[in-house]
Amino acid sequence: MRRAAPLLKPQDTDAVRRLLENRNFLGFIFMLPGSVLLLLFLTYPLGLGTWLGFTDTKVGRAGQFVGLDNYQFLLGDAVARLSLFNTLFYTIVASSVKFALGLWLAILLNQNIPFKSAIRAVVLLPFIVPTALSAIAFWWIYDAQFSVVSWALMKMGLIHSYIDFLGDPWMARMSTIIANIWRGVPFVAICLLAGLQTIPPSLYEAASIDGAKPSQQFWYVTLPLLTPIIAVVMTFSVLFTFTDFQLIYVLTRGGPLNATHLMATLSFQRAIPGGALGEGAALATAMIPFLLAAILFSYFGLQRRAWQQGGSDK
Amino acid sequence: MAAVTLKGVFKSFGSTRVVHGVDIHIEDGEFCVLVGPSGCGKSTLLRMIAGLEEISGGDIEIGGRVVNKVPPKERDIAMVFQNYALYPHMTVFDNMAFSMKLAGESREKMRQRVEVAANILGLMEYLERYPRQLSGGQRQRVAMGRAIVRNPQVFLFDEPLSNLDAKLRVQMRTEIKELHQRLTTTSIYVTHDQIEAMTMADKIVVMNAGKTEQIGSPLELYDNPANLFVAGFIGSPAMNFLKGKLVRNGGGLQVQMADGLLLPAPGTAAQEGREVVVGVRPEHLLVRSDGVHAEVVVVEPTGADTQIFCKVGGTDITAVVRERHQFKPGEAIKLYPELTFLFDPSSGTRL
Repeated sequence: MRRAAPLLKPQDTDAVRRLLENRNFLGFIFMLPGSVLLLLFLTYPLGLGTWLGFTDTKVGRAGQFVGLDNYQFLLGDAVARLSLFNTLFYTIVASSVKFALGLWLAILLNQNIPFKSAIRAVVLLPFIVPTALSAIAFWWIYDAQFSVVSWALMKMGLIHSYIDFLGDPWMARMSTIIANIWRGVPFVAICLLAGLQTIPPSLYEAASIDGAKPSQQFWYVTLPLLTPIIAVVMTFSVLFTFTDFQLIYVLTRGGPLNATHLMATLSFQRAIPGGALGEGAALATAMIPFLLAAILFSYFGLQRRAWQQGGSDK
Repeated sequence: MAAVTLKGVFKSFGSTRVVHGVDIHIEDGEFCVLVGPSGCGKSTLLRMIAGLEEISGGDIEIGGRVVNKVPPKERDIAMVFQNYALYPHMTVFDNMAFSMKLAGESREKMRQRVEVAANILGLMEYLERYPRQLSGGQRQRVAMGRAIVRNPQVFLFDEPLSNLDAKLRVQMRTEIKELHQRLTTTSIYVTHDQIEAMTMADKIVVMNAGKTEQIGSPLELYDNPANLFVAGFIGSPAMNFLKGKLVRNGGGLQVQMADGLLLPAPGTAAQEGREVVVGVRPEHLLVRSDGVHAEVVVVEPTGADTQIFCKVGGTDITAVVRERHQFKPGEAIKLYPELTFLFDPSSGTRL
């Protein structure tokens, strides 16, 4: 009877063992699953999208490289330019209001109030509800015939006809912004609240002995110490707002008269229903420089402060 | 500079009373230390003087003015916090100048006064640094500098040295005392460390469970503790307590220890036959041929003197002697108390 040859010869197992004890090889093995997922589902689509932006691909027709033609066309396209304006307006207004309301809410929640933790949980609700669902709720609130807001204002005698929230360009812009704010404030508020709680109470006591009024305590103590967290939170908030899609798509689909088309919705509109994959991809790629600029601004302008550097906590 | 007077000050949080009617008078220019175990209400009392905590009753006077309802910034006080409470985003200069900035002083005046304080504290070369870039001792000095710059009537210190390592603590202790001798500003200093209290204070207020146990100079408290608590709290190592009984022997009263040893009773008005607690400081125990029977547990030579830990009838006793002994664990020795304090076993008051 012959013994089956071992799967690995002794010198082979030694080699495998040595390989498995090698830090670099082991590290590579451990990172592999994560990297594969990232490469496959993030890097590849991003690369493909960027590439498509330089081609004239249409749905059902492989395209050819056309250089910057798509970008040139978009520059001259009034709707694309309008979508850029809409996106900037939407982002700037919504983010500013979210910041102001979020900070205000965080400061309120940081006080000693009854049912503190219950209120904090409730505040998070708009953030938990799926965007599409809350968008549908807003759709009803803004409905031209069934709007509860119009109804209430009518009953109070403040207006005499129903407001067409989503029918007028500027009304629609403001309405979508309000819906976005409603959804975004909890995130900002809860993050800033966490930041507020890291400020030691003795700093406020020291400031009050130093003669600072509450407003001065806010200006000289709270705000500077909160900047690093504000920077992170607002970067995320700006990124989310700039790339918003669901809310707009459910509420207005970019209408009326493209007044609420953001770059993300227009990009989708052109690429998928419109079939112009190359053009849509170019529009999406055009968002990247704006997002990068926002990140760099927050990183260099707000996040890194001299007082956070150096020294130990001894 | 000003005197500080507390009259029947008490504090309740809800239905729990944490400070029970405290009366303290601190003279102008005095260095007063509030000392007691954690939770005795000493920090709360200091915070009430600062105005950071409302008082539930009584009166606090600073410089003859009742300040019960006066906000902190108008009390003309400066406070040094346990964690220093330096503004991390401001340089040392800005930290020290913050109160003047709020008061709208000129840049020139700010620089002038900060430099005076920085010179006293040896902080001149650190003025442009941020608190993070300083060591613990330097941060402590900045916190004091911030107080000095304001030139207040009263300095308040809330356990300012407890975040420092042992060596630095001793050094800063001396510095604070020196600073007080130089500025002679009334100071109130809170600590749980009786050595800090003994070394720094003109007047010590010993607190326990929201009450003052005794007020006096360091040596008064050491020589004449009013009760068991003060006797056990002041002095290091702590006073030993043994059981004894007052007996009549010949003309006068004597104390009879558990093992029959008779000691002269310090002059008291207590009657014969009474059970007493006999307090003896470790440094008043002598190794002699007569004395209470003790069993050696551990001997710790510290160089200058030797600490002997032993058991006397089940009670742990510490003796500190100058001469060097080579006792073995379990060895039977005799310790003679040359100075004793008698206390009432139930109330703890001195007899």
